[in-house]
Amino acid sequence: MSSVEALVAIIGLTAITVVTRGFFLLSEREWPLPAWANRGLRYAPLAALAAVIAPEVLLTNGALVEGWRSPRLFAAIAGTAYFWWQRGILGTIVVGTATMLALKLGLGW
Amino acid sequence: MREIAGPSFGISAWALVTGVAMIKSGLTLPLAMFMSLAVYAGSAQLAALPLIAAGAPLWVIWATAACMNLRFVIFSAHWRKYFGELPRARRLALMYLTADLNYVLFVRRFPDPKPSPEQLPYLLGSIAWSWLSWQIPALIGIALGDRVPTEWELGFAGVLALLGLAYSTLSGRNSWIAGLVAAAAAVAAVALPLKLNVVVAIAAGVAVGVLLDRGWPVTAEARR
Repeated sequence: MSSVEALVAIIGLTAITVVTRGFFLLSEREWPLPAWANRGLRYAPLAALAAVIAPEVLLTNGALVEGWRSPRLFAAIAGTAYFWWQRGILGTIVVGTATMLALKLGLGW
Repeated sequence: MREIAGPSFGISAWALVTGVAMIKSGLTLPLAMFMSLAVYAGSAQLAALPLIAAGAPLWVIWATAACMNLRFVIFSAHWRKYFGELPRARRLALMYLTADLNYVLFVRRFPDPKPSPEQLPYLLGSIAWSWLSWQIPALIGIALGDRVPTEWELGFAGVLALLGLAYSTLSGRNSWIAGLVAAAAAVAAVALPLKLNVVVAIAAGVAVGVLLDRGWPVTAEARR
């Protein structure tokens, strides 16, 4: 992506922050959210997260990781184990990143 | 101030990771700094980064970030009860700077949803503190990221941050299934051009979640 495109992307992302954070304060009149939208809104963030994470963990250059020597896969497993043990996002990042660096730099995967 | 000092440590660590991830996904130093200062929405930034790195079309990047930010839409309906009477430009500027932590602390401090004079100074103090505890470490992360070798793949720390966030939003069986469906769809549809697999996966996850909430699939017993 060129720098100009990235700049446009970032300006758009800024507009998204403004519009989503102020959504129901944009109009002068109050209007309610329909029930179906409310239900969909609950799942959208989780679906977006899963959609971004899964390919980053499981794929390399568009193909499933070959064999089992994938530092990213092991980092994700270690982070997952930590999360369900301690329920902390910060620790998930630290444990996962440490695992990845140990495998990459220590074992040369 | 005491209320926010503890949680803002977590915010700072998250910002540091985001700063490193921005540089590691190929943004130049000025662009990464601009992104941090202007977008100011950590999870949306982190979700957008792999898509920017892969050269996804703008609308896919924006749609993904908008989904990440939908929680703010729900918060904003609540905010209206407190700050709906402010002039439009002022209330939108205020909300632009109001992140998750500010919302959680504010609602805990003022559980009664009606305006009162001490709310605005409280919120202004809260957002000033969290803005600084986000932006300073983010800029440090950007500076550090520029010095760390790319082959360390430190940008993956951003994906791990999203992973922890995803686990913390899981609540109940239906959300697990919706999340797994989205993950499977994103991987299965990866051959689609333009990173459309992300859009397909979001649609699949939301559709399955909403259908499950309405009691789908219908069991044999219910049909009788």
